[in-house]
Amino acid sequence: MTKVNLETNQHSILLSLQPGRHDGDGQRVAADATRHLGLATGQVRSAALYAVRYPGLTEKQLADFAAACLQDPVLHTVAIDQVAAPEGFKSYILVAKGPGVTDDEGTSAQNALGDFLNEPIDTRTQHIFSKRLYFVENDLPAADLRRLAEELLGNKLINRFEVGAVAEGIRDFTPRPGGGADARTETVALGGLSDEQLLQLSKDNVYALNLPEMQAIRDYFGQDSVREQRQGLGLPADPTDCEMEILAQTWSEHCKHKEFSAVIKYKNHETGAEEEIDGLFKTFIKGATAEVDRQLRANGNDWLIKVFSDNAGAVRINPESLFVWKVETHNSPSAIDPYGGAITGILGNNRDPLATGIGGARLLFNTNVLCFGNPDYDGELLTGQLHPRRIFEGVRKGIEDGGNKSGVPTVNGAIVFDDRYRGKPLVYCGTGAVMPMQLAGKDSWEKVILPGDRIIMAGGRVGKDGIHGATFSSIELDEAAPATAVQIGSPITQKLAMDFLLLATRRGLIRCSTDNGAGGLSSSIGELATISGGAIVELEKVPLKYPGLRPWEIFLSESQERFTLAVEPNKLDELLALGREMEVELTDIGFFTGEGSLDVKFDNQPIAGLSLEFLHDGVPRKTLLAEYVKPEAQEPVLPAELDYSDALLKLLGSLNICSRESVIRQYDHEVKGRTIVKPLMGATGQAPQDAAVVRFNFESWEGVAVSNGILPRLGDLDAYHMSAGSFDEAVRQIISVGGKLPNLTPGDGNFWSVNDNFCVPDSVYDPTTNPDGKQKLAKLVQMCQALRDACAAYCIPLTSGKDSMKNDFKADGVKISVPPTVLYSMTAKVEDVRQVVTSDFKQADDVIYLLGETHDELGGSEFYQLYNELGANVPKVDFAKAKELYTLVGTANDQQLIQSSHDLSDGGLAVALAECTFGREGLGARIELAESGLSPVAQLFSESHSRFVVTVAPEDVTAFESILKERATRLGVVTNDGQLRVQHGGHELLNAATHALRTAWTNGPVNQTIGLEASEIAKS
Amino acid sequence: MTDTLIQAPKALILTGFGINCEEEMAAAYRLAGGEATIVHLNEVLHGRVSIHDFDILNFPGGFSFGDDLGSGVVLANKLRYRQTGADGRTLLADIREFVAAGKFVLGICNGFQVLVKLGLLPNLGGDFQPEVTLTHNASGRYEDRWVRLRVNPGTKVPTPFLSDLTFFDVPVRHGEGRLVVPDSATRERISALGLNCLSYADGDDQETGTYPLNPNGADLNCAGLTDPTGHIFGLMPHPEAYLAGCNHPDWGLKKRRGELKEEGEGLAIFKNIVTHLTRRTQEVSAPATHA
Repeated sequence: MTKVNLETNQHSILLSLQPGRHDGDGQRVAADATRHLGLATGQVRSAALYAVRYPGLTEKQLADFAAACLQDPVLHTVAIDQVAAPEGFKSYILVAKGPGVTDDEGTSAQNALGDFLNEPIDTRTQHIFSKRLYFVENDLPAADLRRLAEELLGNKLINRFEVGAVAEGIRDFTPRPGGGADARTETVALGGLSDEQLLQLSKDNVYALNLPEMQAIRDYFGQDSVREQRQGLGLPADPTDCEMEILAQTWSEHCKHKEFSAVIKYKNHETGAEEEIDGLFKTFIKGATAEVDRQLRANGNDWLIKVFSDNAGAVRINPESLFVWKVETHNSPSAIDPYGGAITGILGNNRDPLATGIGGARLLFNTNVLCFGNPDYDGELLTGQLHPRRIFEGVRKGIEDGGNKSGVPTVNGAIVFDDRYRGKPLVYCGTGAVMPMQLAGKDSWEKVILPGDRIIMAGGRVGKDGIHGATFSSIELDEAAPATAVQIGSPITQKLAMDFLLLATRRGLIRCSTDNGAGGLSSSIGELATISGGAIVELEKVPLKYPGLRPWEIFLSESQERFTLAVEPNKLDELLALGREMEVELTDIGFFTGEGSLDVKFDNQPIAGLSLEFLHDGVPRKTLLAEYVKPEAQEPVLPAELDYSDALLKLLGSLNICSRESVIRQYDHEVKGRTIVKPLMGATGQAPQDAAVVRFNFESWEGVAVSNGILPRLGDLDAYHMSAGSFDEAVRQIISVGGKLPNLTPGDGNFWSVNDNFCVPDSVYDPTTNPDGKQKLAKLVQMCQALRDACAAYCIPLTSGKDSMKNDFKADGVKISVPPTVLYSMTAKVEDVRQVVTSDFKQADDVIYLLGETHDELGGSEFYQLYNELGANVPKVDFAKAKELYTLVGTANDQQLIQSSHDLSDGGLAVALAECTFGREGLGARIELAESGLSPVAQLFSESHSRFVVTVAPEDVTAFESILKERATRLGVVTNDGQLRVQHGGHELLNAATHALRTAWTNGPVNQTIGLEASEIAKS
Repeated sequence: MTDTLIQAPKALILTGFGINCEEEMAAAYRLAGGEATIVHLNEVLHGRVSIHDFDILNFPGGFSFGDDLGSGVVLANKLRYRQTGADGRTLLADIREFVAAGKFVLGICNGFQVLVKLGLLPNLGGDFQPEVTLTHNASGRYEDRWVRLRVNPGTKVPTPFLSDLTFFDVPVRHGEGRLVVPDSATRERISALGLNCLSYADGDDQETGTYPLNPNGADLNCAGLTDPTGHIFGLMPHPEAYLAGCNHPDWGLKKRRGELKEEGEGLAIFKNIVTHLTRRTQEVSAPATHA
């Protein structure tokens, strides 16, 4: 028995499970230690440990509090001020949180203490600290215990671990508050620095600014007029550290999208074309949407309300409400802290629609697309690189907590595996929301601020977490990633702020709002200041999690769950009262001006005074080089004899096709009660669907379909067709569930809203560090060209998006770069959710059709992957033919002629047919392939775009065929013999039990990794 | 409503601090013909809204206070200890009076956890002390999946929430839904009174302990409890998430067969209590007293 915490005023409370109680956490740790680390722990017991530092608490009060509020009398035993290992357990691991790390459990315990004592507890000081304690049966060496701790129980960037032998005494750790306040602001001498010194300065401070940018800053501060002005303001001639940080943040790639704005000199050696592109964003993205908007308006469709100019795009659902839609990435943080990176990705992305326009949208759903390395990767790991499986599991848990605890359903998503994502994973977080058109009589989507409006910070407090997130994510990741770049999410803090924002906006108390994400207050106030024309911030008023922050750190911190609000002075009292009532901390930290500058003070001393013009428009424009050389590629020679059934089984069990059920089930996909098409449907709950469908409310049947298109491996053959195919994939998923293309009829009001998210490797050419940079940039140009062509062809607008330009991980002299990747996240209005179509076959004798045309396009296919081949024939989209087909499908759906529809993607027709049978036991299909010039391999496994497998009731066949005509090929019928049979020219190509197909799919590597319960796998 | 003179039963739905199923719960009552008011917990704790102005007190699902100390624990503590006024009253005291006045309490998922941690369920001893608990699923994980429920025909005082129901499908969405009854004596008393009013059922409509049909490994295969009066009712699954026929994961087949109903099966629970209260009001044609 070990006595701990002899310090005065500090006590410990240990909650252990009573003997015989199921210890799921302990069992999981033991199992994962064996499975993932090869460590034999014996039994593992988990316990909760609290340190209480509340002055004046008597021993009796402490014991009563522990018994009444912390202990579950049915499950726990409680020990005060003593930490003893259970009999026979030889080692221990203590998992504590580092200083300043968000401790929700400690905060909750503090909350409970306040209730128990019936007194308000000063929440500015942390009085209760939560920890987990694990007792390990075996006598493991400290190195193994530490490995177990760091790999399975926490992250050394945020947690503190104590490990050792129980016999040597159990060491505890409780964070101490930091030292005194640190009001220092320093100047950064730029005058007279050489180019090399400027670059070194940028690197040393994680400014992530290049030489021309550093020069521009130096030259600006060297101007006489600027010097005079600064003298008048009481600022030094050289920039302060705060000013340099503001500039670095505002000019970061993350915030300014410099590469998407750069002039690009583009050469295509394949076609011989040469052109100068006046910015990718302006030319292809904004340009495409402007053209689409023109076509829409010409046809009486004026639902496009807000594009590219706010935290999220907005389209009109009906005269009363707007649909707000945003997709972001959170790649760099997820690489170094998968759980924290993902949860703050979700919560941060939630804040975008929440803080669009005036603010206060109601969140409707989340969707997540993830790209990881193979979880079974068994190669070397570089310094600082986490194993892909750990990244996968951490990100998954972050999404679970981020979505579930916020009460936002995660309605669908995708997981793509490719070993090039093992350095930096891609974590795409999307959120859809609904906002009334009018809030307290004002247009909800407009952001208005007048000089004199107060600046209010709402939500969490500020700590050192996430400092340099904006600049850090704008550079390659290396082994020296700063620990402070990690952010910790607190869903409950954000939920409170969200509930508050909802009410405050409806009562007209807020002029407008924005979120504090990358760049913190610097970014949010810096951007809002452009509306009124300036701002004065009084930084000493910002509430801190703990002392010791320098002023610039307070301004730049990315501490989570915060909003910045602009508030009319005469509404302030009512707003503050509402904040108190709803327990959301609100702080008045300054006011907006019309003076043209961003002024920051600390204790009345000026620490920054930057003209908004220089801040926002002073960044020099880049010129980048792109040159395209078509890569060599040829079609492979495959074995002459092919076992089609075996190939299909292997495909269904392959990493990129197999079931994701173990992941999906841990996400709440139906909170709010509005989810109509979930990720898995049918009687078995195992039929994968194409797009999610969510209704907006309980008063009407209107809803929205949500889809994701992403096909990175096709980019190895052709970036243009990869991008076009990804766009088409997202469109056809929505068509498949019953959505209709926009603008088909005048004034139909059928909105579409798309986010484009580019995640590419460093594409800036450098002869030594990035010799193939021109080719990478050329691929990006082509991806953008395809995007423009697709938008124009389908008349589908982009409403918001994001580009993440440095997805490389560098360590030990090695660079791991992601393949150029683009995700198209689409949403479209569904007039009546009761009319949508699910993917699973419904009943025997329904007639099966293939819609669309199959070509010999096995290049980049999952089928070729089985042979480790890439091939050459990349699938190409024929936009005109696709649009015609989608229109016909819409007509058939208007007449309710389609009973099931599944789009063809990975694995082609064969995989789609198999998946269509997964919805119920005993279903099968009898298929006869056409005797066309196309090989059976191509017919079954080609991944040609713009195709569907649909079923039609026998009595509807004539009506259906009269609409689809030659675009529909009759394949066969649904059967109830539980077999999938495919015939070709009188031969049986494939004959497999659909139960066996589903088992192969369910027992695939994803469910094995995440660990679907054994009984569940056996059942299927 | 059948009679415009009779006021629709009034449901108070608590929200705030991480509760997140209040909107669908309110929709459920409205669709059932009741009147629903969503109120922030502090409005009640600070004495601005009185639960006694309502007929049904509802604790929706969610993650109240982040569920950091165990599901529902912090909220239950607040109700038990936080004094709502100068006279030292707690909300628990109000709830005691509320139930004694013949009114009804419903808790779903996190709300059910609150009722259990607060000792409102099963309340065998009648003194609102915790007697059982809800804790981590046997699988050790949070899960969203649909289950089939069986209504216990042997419940001695059947709760009106379950009138005329035998079996229905609903989603579960929880990580801590495993009912643990500490000893066999308590288990026997619960069974004898039939307070385990809802069980997880298999394809043959028999109660089951087999995962995933029983998604959490609950004692007594129990999905929901009532108290000995039938006035307090709580369950882990989410009937308020099945208000429309097309919420069901296999609604496509029902539609193919022409069997799809506009209403979801979960709505029945809310219709039952609204009907019960309306009928009672009609019978007594006076404010509700002891049922």
